[in-house]
Amino acid sequence: MTPAHALPPYAELLGVTLEPRDGAAPMLVMPFRDDVLGRPGFLHGGAIAGLLEVAAIVSLQHALAEEGGGRIKPVNVTVDFMRGGRDKPTHAEGIVTRLGTRVANVEAIAWQDDRDKPIAHARMNYLVVRD
Amino acid sequence: MSGFNIDAFMAHRFGGHGGTLGIQFHGSGDGWVELALPYADSLIGDPDSGVLASGPIIALMDMATSVAVWVKRDKFAPQATLDLRVDYLRPAVPGRTVIGRGECLKLTRSIAFVRGIAYDETPDDPLAHVAGTFMLIDQMGGAA
Repeated sequence: MTPAHALPPYAELLGVTLEPRDGAAPMLVMPFRDDVLGRPGFLHGGAIAGLLEVAAIVSLQHALAEEGGGRIKPVNVTVDFMRGGRDKPTHAEGIVTRLGTRVANVEAIAWQDDRDKPIAHARMNYLVVRD
Repeated sequence: MSGFNIDAFMAHRFGGHGGTLGIQFHGSGDGWVELALPYADSLIGDPDSGVLASGPIIALMDMATSVAVWVKRDKFAPQATLDLRVDYLRPAVPGRTVIGRGECLKLTRSIAFVRGIAYDETPDDPLAHVAGTFMLIDQMGGAA
């Protein structure tokens, strides 16, 4: 059985690590490396979006595990890019807005220095198949 | 400013994140550009099924639509993704290369509107649909 917070190979490619938190889903950290570089000096938008999706999935699996577990399927994602990602670590966190019987609405934010100044925000819808 | 020569541009391998993902030029035509994302174990999002993560598909579509903007403007200039929406129509089939086709629908003074599809066999059976906007930074006084 896969642990609730096991990260897939793609998260390893991004260099993502988890920071456990009491009573909440772990926070994610992605270091700035050439593997996630876009235009010179800035993170690639695709890497930021990928980080946000991993954060959303981690938070949703955490919430789902507390209710008996299940599988999820992504329906869509909308990403707003607010600031360029600079040469420093990026943090990300998923927020489960609603976990229903069949559908989950999840948000995720990514920030660098200040959580109140996110570099990107995403909104996702997932289908949920409960165990 | 000289024009944008897509063949010369695409003769270079992508560096950075695009290079790590293995993204390559696939083709171009009247109003569209295609990039290819070869299947790789490192891109898997669900180890049980081997299905690709969604992140690499967003990156592919961000890049394919981005190049479509340069083709439409006939100019390579800095731009920043303002927003991107992806609908996941079906999972990518494990083992298959995903092709991302980007189009630039409309250019205004400072914004490019784009759309695209991703497919792994035929464009008639897309696995993802995207819509997005880019800010044309060279039209905004150089501010990022």
